[in-house]
This record gives sequence, C-alpha cells and structure tokens, in this order.
Amino acid sequence: MNQSLSLPSWMLWLLGLFLLGFVLLAVYSVKRTNGIRRSFFASPYTLWMVLFTIVPCVLIAYYALTDANGAFTLDNFRNFWDSNYSVNQLYTQMGPEYEVLIQRGTVNIGILVYSLWMALLCTIICLVLGYPAAYFMADRNIKIGSILVVLFIIPMWMNFLLRTIAWMTLLEDQGLINTLLKSLGFHSVQLMYNDRAVLLGMVYNFLPFMVFPIYTSLTKMDSKLLEAAQDLGANHLHTFWRVTAPLSLPGVISGITMVFMPSVTTFFIPRILGGGNTMMFGDLIENRFLTEGNWNLGSALSLIMMVLILISLSVLRKADPEGEGGGMI
Amino acid sequence: MRKLVKRGYLALILLFLYIPIIVLILQSFNAGKSRAKWEGFSLQWYSELFKDQAIMKALYVTLSIAVIAAIAATVLGTLAAIGIHAMRKRPQAVMMTMTNLPMTMPDIVTGISLMILFTFSKIERGYITMLLAHITFNTPYVILSVLPKLKQMNKHTYEAALDLGASPSYALVHVILPEISPGVITGLLLAFTLSLDDFVISYFTTSPMVQNLSTLIYSKARIGIEPTLNALSALMFLALLVLLLIVNRRASNPAKAR
Repeated sequence: MNQSLSLPSWMLWLLGLFLLGFVLLAVYSVKRTNGIRRSFFASPYTLWMVLFTIVPCVLIAYYALTDANGAFTLDNFRNFWDSNYSVNQLYTQMGPEYEVLIQRGTVNIGILVYSLWMALLCTIICLVLGYPAAYFMADRNIKIGSILVVLFIIPMWMNFLLRTIAWMTLLEDQGLINTLLKSLGFHSVQLMYNDRAVLLGMVYNFLPFMVFPIYTSLTKMDSKLLEAAQDLGANHLHTFWRVTAPLSLPGVISGITMVFMPSVTTFFIPRILGGGNTMMFGDLIENRFLTEGNWNLGSALSLIMMVLILISLSVLRKADPEGEGGGMI
Repeated sequence: MRKLVKRGYLALILLFLYIPIIVLILQSFNAGKSRAKWEGFSLQWYSELFKDQAIMKALYVTLSIAVIAAIAATVLGTLAAIGIHAMRKRPQAVMMTMTNLPMTMPDIVTGISLMILFTFSKIERGYITMLLAHITFNTPYVILSVLPKLKQMNKHTYEAALDLGASPSYALVHVILPEISPGVITGLLLAFTLSLDDFVISYFTTSPMVQNLSTLIYSKARIGIEPTLNALSALMFLALLVLLLIVNRRASNPAKAR
C-alpha cells in the first residue's frame, strides 16, 4: 500500500476551514436562541457524513483525475475509453511506421456494456416474475398476505454468499440437478460457469427487492377504485391496465431501481457462478484496485459508475415525479 | 381454479427462494464433506463448529460490529432525524441529499472510497475501520425510518410541553422520544441486520487479519466451504427466526408487552 501519498495541503486547508465553520455555526446558534437549537442535533451526523462520505468521494475524484505521481491528467478516462491507450501512446512515439499497430482496446467498454446488459436482463426477469407475485400477495382474497411478506424476507437473513454458494451445489456437474437428470436417463448439462448461471444468481438475490415495493404500492391502492371501474363496465383486463398498473407504477420504478443498481456492480455472484468466464463492472473495479493496485484507473471507473447511476436515477425520477416509490416493505 | 393458480405461482416463487436454504441446512447434517452426496445424518459439524477458532473469531467480529454499529448508528441517526426535521426547507434539502447519496451509491464504490480514505490518512485497516464503515452505511437507514414518525407526530405536543414549563431537553426525552420510538426500533433492527449481512463494504475496509463471517466465507469460497459454516448459518437462521416469533408475539399482544 505505498499508494498513500501525503495529504495535499489544500485538503488540510479545506478540512480546517470546515471545522472553523462548524465551530462558528455552533457559537452562533447557541447565542441566538439562548440554548440548544433542535436543528443542531444533526451536527454530529453532518460532521460524520462529511468525513466518511463527502471526503471519500472527493478522494475518488482526486485519484481519478491524477496519475501515479499526483499530477493532473485525463489519461485514466482515456484508458477507460481505449484500454490499449498506453501502448498506443508508445507506438505513436516510436514513429509513423508503427501507426498500423494502433488499435483501440475495447475491454473496459465491453465489460461495461455486458454489465448493463446483464443488469437489464436481470431487471426484466425480476419484473416479469415479481409483479404477478406481488399482485397475488396483495389480493385481498388471500388472507395470508402479511405472512407471505415475512416468508419473502426470511431467506434474506441467511448470508447471501452462502446462499449463492448453495446454488453451486445444485448446478455443478456432479451437483443435485445433474445427478437427478442422470438418474432419469438424461445426459448431464453444463449449468455452471456461464451467463445463465450468473443471471440465475442475480435474479435469485434481487427478486425480493422487486416484489416488496410493488406489493407496498398495490396494498396502498384504494380498492373502491377497482369496484368503480367495474361498475362503469370495465372488464378485468381493462381494469388492470387502466387502474391497477398505473397506480402501481411508483412501486415498479422503485423496484427497478433497487434491482438494477446493485446488479450492475455485483462482483461476488459472477465470480462464484460465472467462475471467471464472465466479468462484470464490479469485478473490473475490484481488480484494478486490489489485483493491479492501479488506484487512479480504478477511481476513474468508480466515478464513471457513479455518474451512470446518478443519470439513470434522474431518468427514473422523471418517470415518477412525486418520488413516492414503494420503499422497502 | 383461479385461486389455485395464484397459490401455485406464489408457492413456486417461494420454492425458488428457499431451495438453496434447504440445501444448506441439509448439508450441515450430512456426515460426509462432499457437497452433493448424502452420506448419512450426523451432528459432527455442529460440534466441530465450536472448536473452530477462525469461525468463532469471525462470529465474534460480526456480532460485536453489528451490535456496536447498530447502536451508534441509531443514536447518531435519531439525533440527526430530530435535527433535520426541525430545519428550514433549504438546509433540510441539503441534508436529505447527503443522506440519500450513500444509499444510491453502489456498495463497491462506498467500500472503495472508504478504503482510499483510510489508506490516505494512514489509518491501518482492521476492526476499527470496519466499524466506522458500518456506522457510516447504517446511519442513513436509521434516519429514513425515524423521519416518517417525526412527520406523523403532532408538533403542537412539543410546544405544549414547552409552554407548560418543560425544558427543551426534558420535552425531547419525555415527549418526542416516546412518539418516535417505533421508528427508532425499526432503524436499530434494520441497521443490525444490514451490518450482519454486509460483505462488499467489509471486504474493502478490513485487513485479512480481521475477518467477519462474510469475508471469511468469501476467502474460502474458492477452495470449498466446510459444512461447519453451513451449520453456523443454520443456527443463526434459527436464532433470527425465534427472535422474529418473539417480536411478533409482543406486537400482537401489546398489553402484555409492557
């Protein structure tokens, strides 16, 4: 870990300035109200979050915009766009006869596109499987709705790494499913170490996050609306499309957010069930930091990830302007 | 008929969610070490569990960090929620953005940014850094479970207490706190379970010397998980289930709960 440069002086100044402002604010607020103001209770939290959330984010940006010596550079982003960037630079310097060798490397972009694609597939499958589940659970004729919610939560109490590893037991070449197939006279199938296994693991882990928000928004719905629609002559399908579906949209959007975001960056599931044949953006970031020790490129990748997520969040917010969302449970 | 389809569908989805758990629990009773072959019932992994130093140490780290982080995050978050609630619109919006930011950030970015912070400020990674990281990611969840209770509260009760001569701190403890206590407890439990289950953030903020259960499982995932870890997670699962039943019974007879 010789990456730790000494604290740049501007950062110390910033920290000092912040602390000074904090003390001044404290003195001012106590003086003005002859006692503690209630809003002042938030100050320990403010200090904590600045130290452990804002400063780390600034540090990521700092590393992303500097090279190994701490000088400002945009090379990390060029490296992301063209994974052969440094080699290509070398060819350019060596002279015009080497220019034929210059080729844009697409490894990073490829992994990003692959992760987005997998996350999209996972979100769609979760929505297709999860919406009916939430819909049936919210059905007032099924009286055990609240028990079902608990049944959906309980599996999440078991360590998710162990649960994912348990899928290995089922999918392996000598695993339970293949043993079963063989005893029935079928050929065994390669189930592990491919995209489908990773997708299965992702859907398995993130499905509850799709079901809960949709369930919440469906139970909040006024059942009189359905009766009204039917009194006015709408059939079941019509009622669903014109009443239920639009009203559950906030839940669907918050479900999509809660499934899509973690699935883009997951790195444990592809590593276990994909067995190194699949690499997702989370793997890539982790590799740059821990295997290669290239903090600058790793930070640039993290920054790109964060920007992508913020953009997609703001797009989703547009679709749900009231920002109600279902939230968890 | 329609009812049958609905129930059947829900049963299938639940089966999908429970299959790995059933497999895990069965493995913990398997006499052999093989993952897929059943070699007879045995409790040997349960007895070996308590002799395994690495697992016991990781269990201690996991539980102690979950308890301390949950309590610290609850205190920090409850105070913050009361503060944020009393703020005017502009600062309130700033605080809410700051609260939502870590929740929208992917775990891996949170973990890495904290790793950079600790290395940058030359703090050696280990137990303390993991604890700090857990408090950091837990606190926003506590705030978001306390704030709705504050919004539901009738704000005039606090003012009434002040008019009747209560000091602000007395009113806080005797008027506000009892009103928001369900939110505080939800936040505490949420923080505890989040901390118990966290892998990614712990992975980046600790050293290989100090492992919690998740990072221990991760380090063993490639070479093969011993059934002892399955036995442990089966026990923890059971403990949480019992806890849930107790909480549920308390909730269903509020008269006895007092």
